[in-house]
Amino acid sequence: MSDVLIQAEGLGKKYIIGHQAEREPYLALRDVIARGAKTFARRASDILHGRAVVEGDELEEVWALRNVDFEVSRGDVLGIVGRNGAGKSTLLKILSRITEPTAGRVTLRGRVASLLEVGTGFHQELTGRENIFLNGAILGMTREEIRRRFEEIVEFAEVERFLDTPVKRYSSGMYVRLAFAVAAHLEPEILIVDEVLAVGDLAFQRKCLGKMQEVSTRQGRTVLFVSHNMAAIETLCDRVILLAAGQISMKGSAREVTSSYLQSASGYEPGAPFRPRRLTPTLSLDRFDVLPNPVESSDGAGFSLQLSSRESLKISELVILIFSAMGARVAILDLRSVGKDLVAGPTEALRLRGRIAALPLVEGDYSLGLYINAGTIREDFLDLTRLTILSKSSRSEIPPYAVQHRGLVELEHTVSLD
Amino acid sequence: MSDTVLILEAGRAEEHYWRDLWRYRELFSVLAWRDVAVRYKQTVVGVAWAVLRPFLTMIIFTVVFGRLAGLPSEGQAPYALLVFAGLLPWTLFSTSLTGAAESMVSNANLIGKVYFPRMIVPVATMVAALVDFLISLVLLAGLMLWYGFFPGWQILLLPIFVALAMLASLGPGLWITALNIKYRDFRVVIPFLIQVGLYISPVGFSSSIVPERWRWLYRLNPLVGLIEGFRWSILGGESEISAQGFLLSLAVISFFLWLGISRFRAAERTFADLI
Repeated sequence: MSDVLIQAEGLGKKYIIGHQAEREPYLALRDVIARGAKTFARRASDILHGRAVVEGDELEEVWALRNVDFEVSRGDVLGIVGRNGAGKSTLLKILSRITEPTAGRVTLRGRVASLLEVGTGFHQELTGRENIFLNGAILGMTREEIRRRFEEIVEFAEVERFLDTPVKRYSSGMYVRLAFAVAAHLEPEILIVDEVLAVGDLAFQRKCLGKMQEVSTRQGRTVLFVSHNMAAIETLCDRVILLAAGQISMKGSAREVTSSYLQSASGYEPGAPFRPRRLTPTLSLDRFDVLPNPVESSDGAGFSLQLSSRESLKISELVILIFSAMGARVAILDLRSVGKDLVAGPTEALRLRGRIAALPLVEGDYSLGLYINAGTIREDFLDLTRLTILSKSSRSEIPPYAVQHRGLVELEHTVSLD
Repeated sequence: MSDTVLILEAGRAEEHYWRDLWRYRELFSVLAWRDVAVRYKQTVVGVAWAVLRPFLTMIIFTVVFGRLAGLPSEGQAPYALLVFAGLLPWTLFSTSLTGAAESMVSNANLIGKVYFPRMIVPVATMVAALVDFLISLVLLAGLMLWYGFFPGWQILLLPIFVALAMLASLGPGLWITALNIKYRDFRVVIPFLIQVGLYISPVGFSSSIVPERWRWLYRLNPLVGLIEGFRWSILGGESEISAQGFLLSLAVISFFLWLGISRFRAAERTFADLI
């Protein structure tokens, strides 16, 4: 039973993305017109050549995935982990035939069902019963199959009483339960699952994990599973692939890969080294690092900062600003606490080093900026460097909620029955 | 083990396209059913819209073209019937076209999350347009009774013209769908095209008022032959049909069908990246 069901060879996917050219602070009408004409000419030629329109002034090719090789045998559960933007979704999209690879090839032996989202195609106006048939058909079940498993699906979802109610009247929990129930009753040879487990109430989450396990072990189905939830990955997967910047940076047993992903030391491509940049014509930021980066949620981290100036500059206020990926200000570090004058000059740069005792933040990417007040300069400088927080490697069997439901801060807490 | 081996490679999606299309026929019927089922949900008069719209248009056209402009009808047929027999295929065509063009964008989340031959989506919306058409066909029957006008044997050929009308909307529909995904300009263009199309097609008047020597040019609009066909079939001997003109329409319809399908197929592979 070791036949290979999924085989990927040299898989690659290239996207063309557009950038906004850097805007000068003052723009003459003439420039606006010239730029508009240039963009229009480019789009007109795109249309003539049948190419797609790309927003932006400058175009860049990006390989979302490159040279990816792997095999999955029958009955195996392969986990895929990696940071946001590492290429996981692109890989899943190629495997589920939503998009075509630019290079390489995949051979799939067997019926494939992919579950990239819970409740794909659910229609708000239709009833639960109608949506079961709609969603089932979308996921590739025949009407006969759905009819055969209808009772099972309804029972699994626990929505018997509301079968003939439009799903727009469902609570979000009921909605998710129904959606997952349909998906869980698919019978493909290859099942591709994106992060869909961390939804619903606890009991239901347990049920889903159990169902996934049953699907892979008892029914011998091949599963490809993407998750940020390391606990779920370790429970379900035999082998795990770590993706970084579109390439496979590590393959191995679940434990090996997840622990190295979390430690972020080996196998993890550290973020590009900080590139010095000029903040104002006279002031530049030579270094702004957080170490370790990525860091596990609730762990501490050190930071270092170096500013140099062409003229002697006395900085009266210096603050590190931490923003969420969505741009909400999460916290600040007031560096006046250093207690001494902050001076940057042409001969001697200002070097600072510090430590954050704990970063109890929800996993994700955060953006760091600086607020500097130095007389003539009084400004926020945003998005100077990034900090990636990884999920805590909890051994709890409760799968955490999806990131978007957890706010920004992880509060340590205890609870017991009263 | 199932013997389905699937190879994914750049430019390879082509291979089993028509077989896949057949295999996904259940999805097609479910999507078509969904489009019909939700079309008039949460509207006050519901399905009556399918009757009201062409009915009101008919009254306006009859008054404007028949009464105010005093254009001639065909033979003994009442002007209202002439208009309605033209409105039927026109509405079928324009609803299909608008529906198809919008369908990909409104089903974007499906296209980004699941694979299926994309052609299913625009074609399924056309089924909803066809249902509207069948409902207004009942209204036509009522009108004919009201006027005491009975069709001849030609009415038996109506299904053929209906099928032709579907094919006539399929070609441009697919083409515009593909264009609309790449260039959203077409969202703005389509309503305009349809507005213009209504006046350059013989919907509110008989094509006999177009001067003889320009008629060949006029017939390049495939809807001309189609609408003439509908009138001939519904009004019986009262309306004339030109075999030559009809063949020209057939040729134009086939050309657009070929163009639409080939453009759609070429664009289809990149839909998920563009949406």
